[in-house]
Amino acid sequence: MTAADGRRLLSRQSFIELRARERARALLDDGSFRELLGPFERLKSPWLPLQDIVAQADDGVVLARGTLDGRPAVVAAIEGAYQGGSMGEVSGAKIAGALELALRDCEQGRPVLPVLLLETGGVRLQEANLGLAAIAEIHSAIVALRRHVPVVGVVAGMVGCFGGMSLAAALCSWLIVTRQARLGMNGPEVIEQEAGIGEMDASDRAQVWKLIGGEQRQAVGLADELLEDDADAIAAAVRAAFSRGLPAQERSAQVQRYRSRLAAIDPQQPLDGAGLRERWGSVSTQ
Amino acid sequence: MNAQTSMNAQTSASGRGALWLQALTGQTGMLAEGATTVRVATALLGLEPATFIAVVPDPHNRFPRARQGEVGLDEGWSIADQVRRVIAEGDSGLRRPIVCVVDVTSQAYGRREELLGIHLACAAAADAYASARLAGHPVIALLVGKAMSGAFLAHGYQANRILALDSPEVMVHAMGKQAAARVTRRTVSELEQLGTRFAPMAYDIHAYATLGLLHQLIQGVNSDAPDSADVQRVREFLVSAVADARAGPRDLGVRLSSPAAQRLRAASIEVRRRLREQWDAG
Repeated sequence: MTAADGRRLLSRQSFIELRARERARALLDDGSFRELLGPFERLKSPWLPLQDIVAQADDGVVLARGTLDGRPAVVAAIEGAYQGGSMGEVSGAKIAGALELALRDCEQGRPVLPVLLLETGGVRLQEANLGLAAIAEIHSAIVALRRHVPVVGVVAGMVGCFGGMSLAAALCSWLIVTRQARLGMNGPEVIEQEAGIGEMDASDRAQVWKLIGGEQRQAVGLADELLEDDADAIAAAVRAAFSRGLPAQERSAQVQRYRSRLAAIDPQQPLDGAGLRERWGSVSTQ
Repeated sequence: MNAQTSMNAQTSASGRGALWLQALTGQTGMLAEGATTVRVATALLGLEPATFIAVVPDPHNRFPRARQGEVGLDEGWSIADQVRRVIAEGDSGLRRPIVCVVDVTSQAYGRREELLGIHLACAAAADAYASARLAGHPVIALLVGKAMSGAFLAHGYQANRILALDSPEVMVHAMGKQAAARVTRRTVSELEQLGTRFAPMAYDIHAYATLGLLHQLIQGVNSDAPDSADVQRVREFLVSAVADARAGPRDLGVRLSSPAAQRLRAASIEVRRRLREQWDAG
């Protein structure tokens, strides 16, 4: 390590340690951050207080307009520290609504660059069907928006991205992860509970990360970029993703590639993260 | 012995997708390439051909965690494949309707599924349905059994219009009852009690209908053993839903405009209203 490397390491701002609002601010061009539906709007969950749970004034999602290299952008940042980043009616509607307005602007020839900061366990079970419905609307908006501009997702950690929102991550044109990230449909605890400890030992953290951790996901092509926990590096990678433009084919539309990959898998044979890297690892995803 | 018995019981309980696919199309349907659990049939719906897609149980599915009607890896990618074939054929002329016959008990819970990216497989199916809808194909979901969680997100929730049979077997939820009870450390009966107090937490289709997401609740049909009049009635609802979808926008905005949505999804509407006001600075 050179002295310059050392200084960079010391001055590095952790992205993971930032709360959602600061994450959005760290991504956008200096001075361009403008929050929409901030805490003073008091748009809270109407459902949590009925179940004796204190509702936070922004429902755990921060929406910010601003610019990325001078181009209009919108960031939706989920606050993992509030209710596990879960999607309720209001938090889900904030994300879906922001993407719908970005789509409207794109259709009117005024592109808006959308960034999703995904730290979420998925649907908030206290709002069950309204959370699920909002997630379907988020998926719809991402698919529609992707025809105009890339949708860039970031899973930084430590909550990870699970449930219906893991589908939202999979729909992103470009997905950026850190080593601390986890990305999966079912959380390890749920799998252990539903399928037994023989299927999954959720307490074995090393094994969990080898299965669904950011490094593994990027190595097998289920994420595009693996970055250190560095706010500047993540901000630069988001800009670089938009400069790359739309992928030749969105990952979730690569039907033939993934069907032939799966056809070559024998579920009777053991397979672990390292084994999958040997199969899927060297091929570029896009 | 017990495990076997309970599996058989569940298998027959989740065979409603196959039952209704057969009833509506007069065919058992072809198995989709690459899955033993996705059946596809093209049949006349009204005056035009429509493609019907159902996920069905297979006790011998090569992925053991997807044998009881779950949406797993092969299911997600095969649905995506089938839907994209319909889109590819529809480049000229009227876009063919797609009917998702929905009885999906959950996504597949498994270590192998996670490793191989079940989230992407389910996203691929959702993407295909959404892309079909955006291309002008009327996509209609017909709930004939369970519409659960990630499985419903993959198979049905991107439809222009959602219809449901009025039956105690028809349920919509973010997580299966047993799993939700374990995760929230409640008993199943406590959970059911909460559902009677808060509509979004309920499983039954009547409570779901109050949320404003459903286009039509089809009453008076025997969902277990439909006779020809029942089938005809459901077909008529599908035909009118296709016409309604063609007449409207291709997004999901209709789910916010129903009278029921004005009440139960008032917050979803209010968020969007204020967001529009604040979107542009000034």
